[in-house]
Amino acid sequence: MAQVERAAEHYTSTGVHPSKLLMWLFLGSDCFFFGSLIATYQAYRGQSLVGPHPHEVFDIPYTSISAFVLLMSSLTMALAVNSIRLGKMGATRIWLLLTAMLGSVFVGGQVFEFTTFVHKGLTLGVNLFGTTFYVLTGFHGAHVTVGIIILLSLLFASFLGRLTPRQAMTVEVAGLYWHFVDIVWVVIFTVVYLLPY
Amino acid sequence: MATFGRAVGVTPRPGFWGYLWSWLTTVDHKRIGIMYGATTLAYLLIGGLEALLIRLQLAHAESRLLDPDTYNQVFTMHGLTMIFLVVMGFNSTLFNLVVPLQIGARDVAYPRLNAFSYWMFLFGSILLNLGWLWGQAPDVGWFGYAPLTGVKANPGLGPDFYVMGLQALGVSSVAAGLNFVATIINLRAPGMSLFKMPVFSWMALLTSFLMIFALPVLAIGLIEVMFDRLFGTNFFNPEAGANPLLWQHLFWIFGHPEVYILVLPAMGVISEVLPVFSRKPLFGYPFVVLSGVFIAFLSYGVWAHHMFAVGLGPLANTVFGITTMLIGIPTGVKIFNWLATLWRGELKFKTPMLFALAFIAVFTVGGISGVMHATVPSDYQQTDTYFIVAHFHYVVAGIVFAVFAGVYYWWPKYTGRLLDEGLGKLHFWLFFLGFNLTFGPMHLLGLWGMPRRQYTYPAGLGWDFLNAFQSAAAFLMALGTLVFVINAVKSLRSGAPAGDDPWDGRTLEWAIPSPPPAYNFAEIPVVRYRDELWARKYGPHGERAHAPGTSRRPLSGHNPGGGDGRASDNPGHTDGHGAHIHLPNPSYYPLIVAFGIALGMFGAVMLRPVEVGGLGPLGWALVGLGTLITVYGSYGWSFEPAG
Repeated sequence: MAQVERAAEHYTSTGVHPSKLLMWLFLGSDCFFFGSLIATYQAYRGQSLVGPHPHEVFDIPYTSISAFVLLMSSLTMALAVNSIRLGKMGATRIWLLLTAMLGSVFVGGQVFEFTTFVHKGLTLGVNLFGTTFYVLTGFHGAHVTVGIIILLSLLFASFLGRLTPRQAMTVEVAGLYWHFVDIVWVVIFTVVYLLPY
Repeated sequence: MATFGRAVGVTPRPGFWGYLWSWLTTVDHKRIGIMYGATTLAYLLIGGLEALLIRLQLAHAESRLLDPDTYNQVFTMHGLTMIFLVVMGFNSTLFNLVVPLQIGARDVAYPRLNAFSYWMFLFGSILLNLGWLWGQAPDVGWFGYAPLTGVKANPGLGPDFYVMGLQALGVSSVAAGLNFVATIINLRAPGMSLFKMPVFSWMALLTSFLMIFALPVLAIGLIEVMFDRLFGTNFFNPEAGANPLLWQHLFWIFGHPEVYILVLPAMGVISEVLPVFSRKPLFGYPFVVLSGVFIAFLSYGVWAHHMFAVGLGPLANTVFGITTMLIGIPTGVKIFNWLATLWRGELKFKTPMLFALAFIAVFTVGGISGVMHATVPSDYQQTDTYFIVAHFHYVVAGIVFAVFAGVYYWWPKYTGRLLDEGLGKLHFWLFFLGFNLTFGPMHLLGLWGMPRRQYTYPAGLGWDFLNAFQSAAAFLMALGTLVFVINAVKSLRSGAPAGDDPWDGRTLEWAIPSPPPAYNFAEIPVVRYRDELWARKYGPHGERAHAPGTSRRPLSGHNPGGGDGRASDNPGHTDGHGAHIHLPNPSYYPLIVAFGIALGMFGAVMLRPVEVGGLGPLGWALVGLGTLITVYGSYGWSFEPAG
């Protein structure tokens, strides 16, 4: 991620930076990963033979707050991209760190939520709801975690002098990934938590 | 961590180990393509041996050569090997060897990602085959229907190797797909608009799109099976209310685009070979290209034709029957355009041309039987019989004709030597006859009711003669393949020198030396015509009757920077104007990352209990080790200067 590949400085047929093109293509591919999991969730919606059922475990206000935190991290991410474009490395570092922290709050919230649910009897294998819920939201949580690692790596690279305003594209591409993961959460939150069962 | 950022192997090391190291760390698309090719050939021989075992077992009734368990493993591994390792491996071979040359690029967009795709392919193929060591290779068919893959029905390691092997191969394919879409969209030579691009590169682009959008669906299905087996989830557990048909939907939403992942590159090969050996431009280029686009789109809307007999209801069956028949239209458009390309051409029946023509013939037969079971009532009669086996061998095994057409066509470009025409024709006729005599009678056996996937059959049902006949005929194909291997070895040792352009080619790869120098093009060409090289040789409208003498064509400047152009992976060649050509540095990180991922996946297989051959919780140690290696490799990769 941190290194812009060779072809970057050279001619491209479309004028689009290769890293950006690759990330867009990857996100297109990732849509099909999430799409298949969401389709599985929907196919088994309300099909559980035994409880716990969604309304018995969900705490909508709690999850709304963590969703809000994740959405706010898109704002800080956009500010990080803007800062490095303007050449302000100090501000870039602050926004990167803040984005990673907001992401961590979200993942921490998810861990807490999972723990609570397990205490209420919703395990991976107890019913179809547990199976599909944990694998779908866990897959998303893993994406956020990878995003946090990327952001912290960028921060680390900036202290080593390996991330300078010349590599602004790298931050922008990481930002694309981050925004995508946020948008997917909007879909998952709506489908899993908000739509009535 | 201190090694991050240090370039490796810039100075070539002497001796065997240095040579080996140069291959292990190569990021050159040509060397990666050659490694793909060698791996693919090895698996063609292995998959072929598995096929011969199947035919020996079925040669007579009540045979006990293989027990039912072994038979299940052999036919499953034959299918998986031929589809994922041979045809897909061959596609990757040709994408690497041909696409950058055809579009006038010095390499792919992401050379290290390309090396990663190869290593992941190699390790994935090993993982898929590793079950043989436990005597528990996958035995669930290449489609792995749930709940047969569940831990209750199948407590052994077979399905675990199936899941993890395919997952690793999927990682390879998605990475390769991303890379080749990025390459073809972004690295075309100046002036080469999409509709001036050679058809093979077009089909490579479409195939790459299909790979990045189809394999994720399989990946999720495999993750669900893995969770069911390892962590007790209920995705395909009917006792918890699950519907195992979910697997069939996920699998075939991947599986039908997969069929076009296999066949579109073959159609691309044909579209290159026919014009060259007819000395005519491809007839109806835009129609051939757009038919490919149409096929790629439609391939996502036909998956349930694999499921007509599972009871989706008349409405769904009708809709999917109609969409399936629709695919016959663009396919027919292609076939008629190929025939029109031949019409009044100066046909030269060299070996690549023979294989190309045979592909059209057998693919048409397979296409027609495909339309037959797109008709739902007809499919009810044919499903799960040898009629289906005949159909998909005429389509998928028919692709092997395009494979050989491509091998004979591009071999001289990469070896600098021709394959022997006499041996080539012998290979062709043995293979062509063997193919039709083996798979042709299966249509009859299927209509007579012989079921697929059964390890044997009782005598006296009228199936004995044809089965024995087919088994004998299968050895003709094996013999043909053996002739090819002999031809290849002979060519490498003492083949006639090919020159830059042995076939009087039309596209850019024939404008550069054979074998191509490390930097491919001394000068990146500016493209003005669809058949650029042809236009340069004979004029844009064919106004010159003869190519301009023996003088070097503008693109073929040999070794402009001095030294041996083949000492690849060495940066610092100069182009014709004395400017530096930068080549990417070699890197061992792609190998490390691929190894880490594969080791972690092997660890996941080993999470199965000790009683069935796993390591139990000790498997987590392997998973952890694999993860550490992957993380180490990824950071090294990210911070290494790419060149």
